[in-house]
Amino acid sequence: MPGHVDSEEVLKIEDLRKWYPLRRGFFETLLSRDELNVKAVDGISFTVRKGEVLALAGESGSGKTTTGKVLLRLVKPTSGSIFFQGKDITKLSEKELKPLRREMQIVFQDPFESLNPRMTIKEIVAEPIRVQHASANEAELEEMVKKALSDVEVVPPEEFLYRFPHELSGGQRQRVAVARAFVLGPSFIVADEPVSMLDVSIRAEILNLMVDLVKKSSASIIYITHDIALAKHISDRIGVMYLGKMMEMGGSQTIVDLPLHPYTQALIAAVPVPDPESKRTQNVISGEIPSPVFPPSGCRFHTRCPYAHTRCTKEEPALVEVEKDHYVACHLYT
Amino acid sequence: MTANSTVLSVQDLSAYYYTLNGWVRAAESVTFDVEMGQAMGLAGESGCGKTTVAMSLLKILPRGGRIRKGKIIFDGEDLVPLSENEMRKRRWKGISIVFQGAMSAFNPVYKVGDQIAEAIKTHESGVSKADVEERIAKLLETVGIEPSRADNYPHEFSGGMRQRALIAMALAANPKMLIADEPGTALDVIVQAQTLKLLRDLKDRLGLSMIMISHDLSIIAETCEKVAIMYAGRIVEYGDAVSIFKNPMHPYTQGLIKAFPSIKGERVRLTSIPGTPPDLIHPPPACRFNPRCPYVMDICKKIDPQLVEHGEKNHLAACHLY
Ligand SMILES: Nc1ncnc2c1ncn2[C@@H]1O[C@H](COP(=O)(O)OP(=O)(O)OP(=O)(O)O)[C@@H](O)[C@H]1O
Ligand SMILES: Nc1ncnc2c1ncn2[C@@H]1O[C@H](COP(=O)(O)OP(=O)(O)OP(=O)(O)O)[C@@H](O)[C@H]1O
Ligand code: SF4
Ligand SMILES: [Mg+2]
Ligand SMILES: [Mg+2]
Repeated sequence: MPGHVDSEEVLKIEDLRKWYPLRRGFFETLLSRDELNVKAVDGISFTVRKGEVLALAGESGSGKTTTGKVLLRLVKPTSGSIFFQGKDITKLSEKELKPLRREMQIVFQDPFESLNPRMTIKEIVAEPIRVQHASANEAELEEMVKKALSDVEVVPPEEFLYRFPHELSGGQRQRVAVARAFVLGPSFIVADEPVSMLDVSIRAEILNLMVDLVKKSSASIIYITHDIALAKHISDRIGVMYLGKMMEMGGSQTIVDLPLHPYTQALIAAVPVPDPESKRTQNVISGEIPSPVFPPSGCRFHTRCPYAHTRCTKEEPALVEVEKDHYVACHLYT
Repeated sequence: MTANSTVLSVQDLSAYYYTLNGWVRAAESVTFDVEMGQAMGLAGESGCGKTTVAMSLLKILPRGGRIRKGKIIFDGEDLVPLSENEMRKRRWKGISIVFQGAMSAFNPVYKVGDQIAEAIKTHESGVSKADVEERIAKLLETVGIEPSRADNYPHEFSGGMRQRALIAMALAANPKMLIADEPGTALDVIVQAQTLKLLRDLKDRLGLSMIMISHDLSIIAETCEKVAIMYAGRIVEYGDAVSIFKNPMHPYTQGLIKAFPSIKGERVRLTSIPGTPPDLIHPPPACRFNPRCPYVMDICKKIDPQLVEHGEKNHLAACHLY
């Protein structure tokens, strides 16, 4: 299990599940009494080390965002445990969680949805400070906001304090979202990236900025993305998710250059490469991700896997360490 | 530049939007060719004018948008002076488009099959009901959707299927040329790869000429023989894909390529292009890239660089460095 004992671990999750009850119509409930669930996250375990960038990759619907929200306790887990800085936070009440919220932040990297359009930049960045009563007075609060804005290079900060989000460029808006997440000096951040980020150049800028902030303060970050090519370059480790399960986890370079799991291999084969003479994605796996309400038996990937054999349809492969720090859940390796 | 096999030749095309603050110069003196059966990629940052060019070619610019000058020679005929009536006969049959944002392009209250039927009937009068049904089945099959799914509503389709169905609809009138605006951008990698593969197959199977629009250079590299790089309404580099990716000349193209980390090779720090995209109402004088260019010289702020060859054949760049 990737959650081996490590004094430097910031966060550890064990067998975490998040099932959402499926809402059904009255007649459907009459037809079948069985409770149906969307198994968004279905038994995953891993640790996040101090100062590391851990990327979570996988197709749409694989459970990445849900994982991020559950481990920050923004939604309640169905079962399993979450340890933050060695402390079991699985069952803490919102009140007990409050002091920890300072340490844990989430950034939604969508500049259009993540900032309240009616709040000034100052109020947006100041919000976590106010909630946590983290400043002694208004002057100190303003200083903290200005410093956070300078750290993300929204300069000079005075010029931006009283502007509204629509008066900023897309890139500046993203920087403000990052400033808000970092203003209290958190030790753990989840950054969730939407599917379509139209501006590569801006994206690169923001990612560099976040990684630098994280490394400087030895905080840790979980970076959620569809782009495994990008994950390779900015993260230390990558976890590949499929239908609520962790399929493979290991060092970024290893995962991308020498992927072991057939799903990881398929994901990487699908990435377009900026070289017109290189392979033209001819062997893309077919089909789409199955429903998380009725996930396939055995290995969840068996319905699309080119190497599936009888055992795969019956027995669920465990996530095992096949070489140091490289974990795979596939019967080809057990 | 008009060879025999050129299907589309865009010459010195400018399209602006009228706003209260002034004219948005979204496409300025755009020039490129598309050869028969080939794909041309139009790439550049968000807001550089890619969709504006696409809508100009079909003459479907939104209110306030206007073609200011230039020629759009399609199949030997200039589309710019044509009336709306004459354009209607050429749209979808001549040039067809798959719009950006596949998720919202279907009307949620009609069945997918009925919407494709509408498309067929609009372009051809007097087709029998049986014929239409057969055509729908065939179109869906072409894009890899089970024909029986024609009875589904759009929300019963996954994102990938909706994108395919939109492609089917764009093919309803057997067009010569297909414009795909950001195909697969809102889809995840695997479904996106499936969509690109479909478009490539269609190009080969139907001999379609294509314009692929994307902010993602890797998508262009995977699908196009030719590339036009757009910055702030202008084409700054144009030519054979291999030549442009191997030997990018314009500093903007160089920056753009570097901003895409390759999945191959060692881990590197990401690079970005410093500065922000310009205001297209008051674009920078002369070379529009000059405020962000690492090699900027005096002349760049005074004289507009022309898009011309600099030694290498079929590789044009608009930059004073050469
Ligand atoms: N609040 C909810 N209620 C019911 N189902 C949900 C809820 N949130 C997520 N799901 C379902 O759980 C599954 C996992 O969703 P999640 O958003 O975690 O995936 P993701 O990997 O982040 O996908 P994407 O890449 O598209 O953001 C999906 O099938 C989704 O529809
Ligand atoms: N209807 C309109 N009125 C005024 N300006 C417009 C209009 N539509 C687009 N623009 C402006 O014209 C420029 C080009 O827009 P366009 O949509 O062509 O860009 P794009 O390259 O397709 O961008 P994206 O990658 O985001 O789709 C932008 O600056 C945009 O703000
Ligand atoms: S366990 Fe079997 S089905 Fe699953 S990925 Fe491995 S080989 Fe494929
Ligand atoms: Mg998500
Ligand atoms: Mg566009």
